[in-house]
Amino acid sequence: MYNFFFYAVPEHFPFLLQGALVTVELSLISMLLGTLLGFFLAVGRLSARRTLRWPLDAFVEVVRDTPLIVQLLLIYFSLPEAGIVLSAFWAGIAGLTLNLAAYLSEVFRAAIVAVDKGQREAAISLGMSPVAVYCRVIIPQAALASLPTLGGYFIALLKDCSLVSFISVNELLRHATIVISDTFDSMDTYIMVAIIYFMMSFVSARIIRYIELWLTPSNRRATISVPLTMDKEGAR
Amino acid sequence: MTEPRPPVLMVRQLRKTFQGNAVLKGVDLSLHEGEIACLIGPSGTGKSTILRCLNFLEQPEGGEITFFGQTLCAEGGNSNIFRIAPPRILQAARARMPMVFQHFNLFSHRTVMENVVEGQVVVLRRGRAEARDRARDCLARVGMLERADFYPDQLSGGQKQRVAIARALAMSPALILFDEPTSALDPQLVQEVQGVIRDLSAEGMTMLIVTHEMRFVRSIAHTVHFCEGGRIAESGSAADIFGPNAPPRIQTFMEVAHG
Ligand SMILES: Nc1ncnc2c1ncn2[C@@H]1O[C@H](COP(=O)(O)OP(=O)(O)O)[C@@H](O)[C@H]1O
Ligand SMILES: [Mg+2]
Repeated sequence: MYNFFFYAVPEHFPFLLQGALVTVELSLISMLLGTLLGFFLAVGRLSARRTLRWPLDAFVEVVRDTPLIVQLLLIYFSLPEAGIVLSAFWAGIAGLTLNLAAYLSEVFRAAIVAVDKGQREAAISLGMSPVAVYCRVIIPQAALASLPTLGGYFIALLKDCSLVSFISVNELLRHATIVISDTFDSMDTYIMVAIIYFMMSFVSARIIRYIELWLTPSNRRATISVPLTMDKEGAR
Repeated sequence: MTEPRPPVLMVRQLRKTFQGNAVLKGVDLSLHEGEIACLIGPSGTGKSTILRCLNFLEQPEGGEITFFGQTLCAEGGNSNIFRIAPPRILQAARARMPMVFQHFNLFSHRTVMENVVEGQVVVLRRGRAEARDRARDCLARVGMLERADFYPDQLSGGQKQRVAIARALAMSPALILFDEPTSALDPQLVQEVQGVIRDLSAEGMTMLIVTHEMRFVRSIAHTVHFCEGGRIAESGSAADIFGPNAPPRIQTFMEVAHG
């Protein structure tokens, strides 16, 4: 205990935090790119003709049926043989993004399909073009519906980032390995790593919850003087 | 009744099948400016399908629809092929005959105000300021201006339907289609929606209304069409249809519907 608080923490915590910062960067960038790619995958798989659809379906299937770590190793070690050389960091981003996109495309697809038929019909019956129906009604509602799931995927991603230590990205877990090889103190180091992961996930979950609440339509109106109008209505 | 002007809407021999099941077997219908026509009849006889074919939410399979002199679908030419007008024309026609649904179908992610602005901006390309002005006007007409910043899930059924009517009104429609606008409402909310429709009738709005509320039909309709077996089986003025000399099958229907 004494050793942990008065030696290990002050000595190595800052270095581990540096790694954690990279983990956060990896997560945020992959989340952003993965969400975008996943969205286009979902729309493509729903709307494209069969000939265009099957490669997309196949991609999603292959990604979902192979381990992320294998995908990362392939991207980092095998792609260079095909002439595509990525730094460890960007190979990590690429792997995490492709993986996330495949899963999210399923999430988005389900959300798009689940939008109430009446919403589509209302939009059509106002004279909207199919594109307008999609952009103005279907997509916004599907996006709102996928938000909670998206948050869950972000937390999972944050932890999946530890896998990119295998391709030598200097993120949290890899920094931990470095500390351990210096100090041979694996116990204290892994406790610190666990604490940092926990804090990152915990804080992310709070932030995500906050974003969700903020984006939920019926909460956004909160600042308007509701009681006043309610009273008026109630009075008549 | 002699009408100098051609009808706003003219339907001839409209046909539609669902999976081999002939639902519309030749519907004839016409509607003049300022006319309020009610479509009544037993459930499952195709009343909704008629409305949904008029704005092409369903694709009709035969017959002719003319709206403001524009042919939306027709069979003809030398080969007698059934043709439907291109999407742009259908979209423009829909904007001029918006529909009010049984289950309201307000855009759930948008406020009352945004619901009424949406079609004006996206379809009619009105500026936001103009659209908001008009939306305010329409919301005031249905008594919903005070709730402009509410979301649909914060409204009662009657209020939702009034907003849906305002959304239709905002399109400056030539005709509004109503598909059982009060059927999903609690009994005490039916009146407020019927009241709004009554106000529109006083302003001369052309409306085609599917409903089971016979007292309402009797008080508002200029023309009543009785739908049965995939056709308009009887048509007449409200007085004809509800009078003592009504056709027997309508009397039977009324007895079943009303007791
Ligand atoms: N999308 C559809 N697919 C298959 N059958 C349908 C569909 N829509 C309506 N029908 C059938 O068409 C008939 C007429 O339906 P509808 O127009 O809703 O009647 P109404 O509005 O008069 O109660 C019913 O038998 C119904 O089952
Ligand atoms: Mg119906």
